[in-house]
Amino acid sequence: MSRASLRGLTAAAPVLALLAIWHLAVVASGSLIFPTPVQVAAGLIDLARQGLLLKHVVASLFRVTVGYLLAVALAVPVGMLMGWFASVHTFLNPLVQGLRPISPIAWIPLAILWFGVGDLSPIFLIFLSSFFPMVVGTAAGVMTIDAKYLRAARNFEFSGLRLFRSVVLPAALPQIVTGMRIGLGVAWLVVVAAEMIAVSSGLGYLIIDSRNAGNRYDLVVAGMLVIGAVGFALDIVMRRLERLDEVRWRYES
Amino acid sequence: MRAEAPVTPKVDVRGLTKTFHPRGGPVPVLDGVSFTVGDGEFVAIVGPSGCGKSTLLSVLAGFETPDAGEVRVDDRPVREPRREAIFIFQQPSLFPWLDLADNIVFGLDGEAAAARRARAAHYIELVGLQGFEHAFPRELSGGMQQRAELARALIVKPEILYLDEPFGALDALTRLRMRAELSRILSVERHTVLLVTHDVEEALQLADRVLVLSPRPARVQHVIEVKQSRPRTLSDPELAAVKTALLRELGVAP
Repeated sequence: MSRASLRGLTAAAPVLALLAIWHLAVVASGSLIFPTPVQVAAGLIDLARQGLLLKHVVASLFRVTVGYLLAVALAVPVGMLMGWFASVHTFLNPLVQGLRPISPIAWIPLAILWFGVGDLSPIFLIFLSSFFPMVVGTAAGVMTIDAKYLRAARNFEFSGLRLFRSVVLPAALPQIVTGMRIGLGVAWLVVVAAEMIAVSSGLGYLIIDSRNAGNRYDLVVAGMLVIGAVGFALDIVMRRLERLDEVRWRYES
Repeated sequence: MRAEAPVTPKVDVRGLTKTFHPRGGPVPVLDGVSFTVGDGEFVAIVGPSGCGKSTLLSVLAGFETPDAGEVRVDDRPVREPRREAIFIFQQPSLFPWLDLADNIVFGLDGEAAAARRARAAHYIELVGLQGFEHAFPRELSGGMQQRAELARALIVKPEILYLDEPFGALDALTRLRMRAELSRILSVERHTVLLVTHDVEEALQLADRVLVLSPRPARVQHVIEVKQSRPRTLSDPELAAVKTALLRELGVAP
């Protein structure tokens, strides 16, 4: 057996084992509500045929995209200012550190109060959830820039915006990208929770609605699998970003 | 009125004094360091380790301010680092996110892309790095990185080079090779050079004058002129005698 196929088998084995145990457990327990893997697959096909799967995935991705991009647009500049100017750090850090540990889920009531039931509430929650890891990552990235690069740039009389664009941003980029990857991961976790309460579309809604409207646990589990698959795909995209030449220098020497 | 036209030195160092204040109490590092460097002169600064050589060079280049005294270049006081005087440190500071060619043109500005490329090609050749234009710093050896560092400095046509143990992190063989290379490059492009080193042979092979600093706090303890023509061989009896005198000055020869 080739090395590649051995690796493939090693990776597939736990998944196959879980599916087997799952199937046997459902059959052995005689559960009428909990679905077998085959029933989940059938539910998934059913959702896809009705066009519901695509609709919910698109709805969730739309909210994540808007909330996340808003967070990137604000967190990166704010983080860079915090990292560069000690005074800005002193001014904003207590706020950031104080708000950061509050789970975005805890904000749900306030989000509904402020933004009502609709797309804005989950977008706000996603913004909050991804904003903090990105601010912290960006600020740390700027603060830990090796002094020798700044020294060289000062020697060539770089200052102001030119210094920022040519040295500070590229030097901090690896940690900014890592913050962005963490931020997107959190955003994807939070959108599901937000959609269970504030809206009537998206993968979170699909799960909670499938349970409430007739205990369709086959669709609940199908929804969970789709959430996992999309989250995995998003992470692969972000990992690609970490392999760019502009970024990976930080992780290789 | 003076009879002769006054000769303004390139670098005029007057009474530099500096004290650091770490937790354990004040540490005087520079104690009235004064000397001058002529235009196009190569001056080496040697001294016992920890004597304040590096601090001195940092002050000269404008990265640190002295407590008292001043540094004048072309009779103008130095207050901050300037592109006319490029500092090269023991640790290469090539930007890891740029490839070699982009690193070398980093300090150029206000030039058309074609002119930049042509200039970069010239300096890449001068330091012998042809073929590595698109390599990233992490893909280059320590010696190659220091060559690139030299090219990045030379391309902006600095009048002064401040070299702080530039070959100190390299292995012995590479260090010897880089010493010869530096000699060759400086014969092509004239610069005023201040080299901080703990390597007495390096100082004697490269410099017109060697300043010996005292143990901390540093003062100029002794100045040795090296008059031998270049290229120099250290086995030359006169140079060997200078070396012995220098080592004796540093307290490591009887």
